[in-house]
Amino acid sequence: MLNFDYRRPESLDEALSLRKEWGGKSSLLMGGTDLFLAIEEEVRRPELLIDLKKIRALSGLEEKDGAVHIGAAVTYSELIHSDLVHQKLPGIWESSRLVASVGIRNSATMVGNICNAVPSAESATPLMIRDAVIHITSASGSRSVPAVEFFTGPRRTVVKDDEIVTSISVPLMKGKFGESYVKLGRYRGEDIAQVATAVLVDENWNYRIAYGAVGPVPMGIPGAEAVLKGKKPAADLIEKAKSEVLNTVSPIGDIRASKEYRLHMCAVMFEKAIDAAVSRMETGAPAYGARLI
Amino acid sequence: MVREIEFTLNGYHQKVSVKPGEKLLDVLRDKLGITSAKYGCGKGECGACTVNLDGKTVRSCLMYAVEADGSVIETLEGFQRLGKKEIQEIYQKHNAFQCGFCAPGFILSTDELLSQNPDPDEEEIKEALAGNLCRCTGYKNIFSAVKEMVEIRKGRES
Ligand SMILES: Cc1cc2nc3c(=O)[nH]c(=O)nc-3n(C[C@H](O)[C@H](O)[C@H](O)COP(=O)(O)OP(=O)(O)OC[C@H]3O[C@@H](n4cnc5c(N)ncnc54)[C@H](O)[C@@H]3O)c2cc1C
Ligand code: FES
Ligand code: FES
Repeated sequence: MLNFDYRRPESLDEALSLRKEWGGKSSLLMGGTDLFLAIEEEVRRPELLIDLKKIRALSGLEEKDGAVHIGAAVTYSELIHSDLVHQKLPGIWESSRLVASVGIRNSATMVGNICNAVPSAESATPLMIRDAVIHITSASGSRSVPAVEFFTGPRRTVVKDDEIVTSISVPLMKGKFGESYVKLGRYRGEDIAQVATAVLVDENWNYRIAYGAVGPVPMGIPGAEAVLKGKKPAADLIEKAKSEVLNTVSPIGDIRASKEYRLHMCAVMFEKAIDAAVSRMETGAPAYGARLI
Repeated sequence: MVREIEFTLNGYHQKVSVKPGEKLLDVLRDKLGITSAKYGCGKGECGACTVNLDGKTVRSCLMYAVEADGSVIETLEGFQRLGKKEIQEIYQKHNAFQCGFCAPGFILSTDELLSQNPDPDEEEIKEALAGNLCRCTGYKNIFSAVKEMVEIRKGRES
């Protein structure tokens, strides 16, 4: 058993001063569904665990000033059971339901998910396509980073050793829109994504498209967005946009899937995701949460 | 770095000394005599270690005991003590277990599902139990037990 100390501050100020004092020797603990095993496997060897779960200031989930604000301590179960999230952030709602299983989602947080920053992190792409902003604080000040700039490498983010992520803001959409999140896993319940596709389309036919698990970091596909921009998707456009996707992604082959299979599925899932997002905007169907693959 | 933590376990107040690195599952099993929670995978994947913490099922293999300080924990032993044996009895009637290793986790997850959603359809039942693995039964009898449980409770309400 590893020897570390454990503190559970009740205020953010207390957590920030611990963070300042201990820096890289400390690890922040939320649901622990990633961190626990990293410590068990000695990938991480903190001297101090700072448990943030009980900090009230991090537990908010509300709509304010044109955005939905998700506190760092909000769990996936809370997101899934929130009408606000279901109605205003349907793509985030859809993707949250695909994280692990109930017993994990009851502890696991969205902020923990993006801070852990594996290329397959479920919440990365749905946040990127909605232009979400990550709020980060340290004892010396606060900053806000767009989700697209948050990930710097596999398991790497812009968060520094004296900082804490406090919340995520997701701007509300104006007008009609449709979203979709398609996840390729081996089976339902526990598997992380082999490929993940997130799509947003608005009533002026602006598109946002992002892929997870097919490169060192979750990535947007601006080339495909540009091909489709301003147009209702037709077969030839879809083909063109698809080749933009395949030129941008760089999947590896691993124990879960070969490189070739991942590339093939990037194309298959692109069509399904575009189809579902457009159809949801125009007709409201298929319902969010319906199986898309 | 040993410290005293306190929580309510199956209705009883408990105090126990732990080091920060001790797992909740180990403390429950080795120090507090709770054997319904099992060590299956130790990685959060099988649900054998499921306990109810502050009203929600969690993986006790993925938590440090210190994290549970001040909380309310319920395990299958508590269901027994409080007479909440109904789900167990229906599971038994449907022959829903063979070795039984997975049973406490399934029963706690079923209890949580029915407390949130009294009328789940088959998809919702599967979704709620997707994090509990059973190597023996093939799940069919487990799902039929839950379905009968739903019908019984519905009948009682009308
Ligand atoms: C069985 C199982 C199945 C899983 N399935 C999926 C899946 O399907 N999809 C998926 O994406 N993930 C999956 N995961 C991974 C994990 O559950 C998620 O990534 C989860 O969202 C992590 O959140 P957490 O609150 O548990 O984070 P923690 O483990 O507490 O923390 C994760 C990381 O973030 C850091 N951190 C936490 N809070 C903050 C903060 N406020 N500021 C800065 N850094 C912080 C921690 O120091 C740590 O490095 C699975 C895990 C398990 C065990
Ligand atoms: S032992 Fe905890 S989930 Fe398998
Ligand atoms: S009955 Fe043996 S694992 Fe379920």
